[in-house]
Amino acid sequence: MAQTKITRTSDLTFWQKLYIPEIIKGMKITIRQMFLPKFTRQYPEERWNPPASFRGRPVLVEENGKERCVACGLCSRVCPALAIEVQASETELNKERYPVKFEINMLRCIFCGLCEEACPEEAIVMSKEYELTFNNQEEAIFGKDKLLISKENLKERLEFLRQYR
Amino acid sequence: MEILISLIKILVVMLVLLTCVAYLVLVERRVSAFIQNRIGPNRVGYKGLLQPVADVLKLFIKEDIVPKLANKPLHRLAPIIAIVVSLSTIAVVPFGDKINLFGYEIKLQIASVNIGILYVLALTGLGVYGIAIAGWASNNKYSLLGGLRSCAQIISYELSMGISIIGVILVTSTLQLDKIVEFQHGWRWLILLQPIGFITFFVAIFAETNRLPFDLPEAEPELVGGYHTEYTGLKFGLFFLAEYANMITGSAIVVTLYLGGWQFPYLQSSGLPEFWTSIIQVGTFAAKVGAVLLFMVIIRWTVPRFRYDQLMDLGWKFMLPLSIANVIVTAFIIYLFE
Ligand code: SF4
Ligand code: SF4
Repeated sequence: MAQTKITRTSDLTFWQKLYIPEIIKGMKITIRQMFLPKFTRQYPEERWNPPASFRGRPVLVEENGKERCVACGLCSRVCPALAIEVQASETELNKERYPVKFEINMLRCIFCGLCEEACPEEAIVMSKEYELTFNNQEEAIFGKDKLLISKENLKERLEFLRQYR
Repeated sequence: MEILISLIKILVVMLVLLTCVAYLVLVERRVSAFIQNRIGPNRVGYKGLLQPVADVLKLFIKEDIVPKLANKPLHRLAPIIAIVVSLSTIAVVPFGDKINLFGYEIKLQIASVNIGILYVLALTGLGVYGIAIAGWASNNKYSLLGGLRSCAQIISYELSMGISIIGVILVTSTLQLDKIVEFQHGWRWLILLQPIGFITFFVAIFAETNRLPFDLPEAEPELVGGYHTEYTGLKFGLFFLAEYANMITGSAIVVTLYLGGWQFPYLQSSGLPEFWTSIIQVGTFAAKVGAVLLFMVIIRWTVPRFRYDQLMDLGWKFMLPLSIANVIVTAFIIYLFE
């Protein structure tokens, strides 16, 4: 194999080749870093409030005591992780439907936000919640009881969607 | 009585050394965190002071996995070799002069052997067996590569290390470590008489202890964990312990040979009571070792890892000729002045 010639934009000077002055320069930088302000957040005590653009767990918008969702099933269709299950039923009103069962499996969800984009009713949006822990797989399937969040609490996200979507 | 005193000395030194190892790990983690603008472990105990206890407990309750195709006796033997070698080097390091306690005059050194330096060299050479055997016995290509690299590295750097020590022996004309320290009274520290020897020796110590610019045997990005990839639980803990104990003994030897050991300039002529002089001397030694250790930790986050060919280049084409030249020049100067 032919020896490849290493070309540098500029050759090292004698002092640079000695290593030691350069190492001392480097140490100056490292030591200076030690006294700069820290970036660590002391997590459980100090929590992060994400901006409106944050995609936390998907939730259903609750309006006037019931969900906006009309059980069209588009979110379930678009979900790349097959996390959503919707079962529709009819209301007393003519041609209106509502979900009897709406479940999101939070172990499958990848927080892509496609359900939110697909929904024609703005009924499913991404919240700010990022603390999700479960002890077993059943607990990770969120039903309507956990998914329904009142409209007032989701104001920021809804406004964000109006503005940027 | 002699034996009893020796046993007590061994016990005390071992306890202090092991505690130091535990806290060195904590210091390293905290200092690394500060350098990276983080805070580091600060939850267990006051400001994280009990973190080492938690770490050790965690290692204790971990499962001990031995790979199916490993050579079981050797796999078990390797960490033991590593730890025994790294702990026994401290035996010849003098950490103070003499102290009068309960009517006995106690020499603050476990064993004042007259071939102290050779003992140190022999043991650091043995240390590589632990790593090489661990690499081979694990039956894993990454471990094997780590072990091989370690052998090559230690052979190349042991040479320049031994040759730079010759400079020290020429100047002090003794192999006994406590005599070498006595030689360096006042400001006659050997770092001032042997600056080149100090640099080559210190770099070799970095290579011997597998510290960062030379941590090729366990280079995480390339070799997973190097020789300790296949070790878990306490066996891994032993390797970890050996590595940090090596750091401490390595810097203790640097301090003894080049930085004046326990010598505190002008202390003997200050007229302090003898007991306090001894205490201050031990404190001086500890402070110097601590400073060297801190330096090693900071270097870890300053200098990136060498490539393998650069490592060999540096060892054979740079350090070795430099240390040989140092010996020749030292010998000439001594010949001219005597
Ligand atoms: S965020 Fe993505 S993965 Fe999660 S439920 Fe909505 S569409 Fe499915
Ligand atoms: S897309 Fe919207 S309206 Fe349709 S089922 Fe999903 S949440 Fe309900």
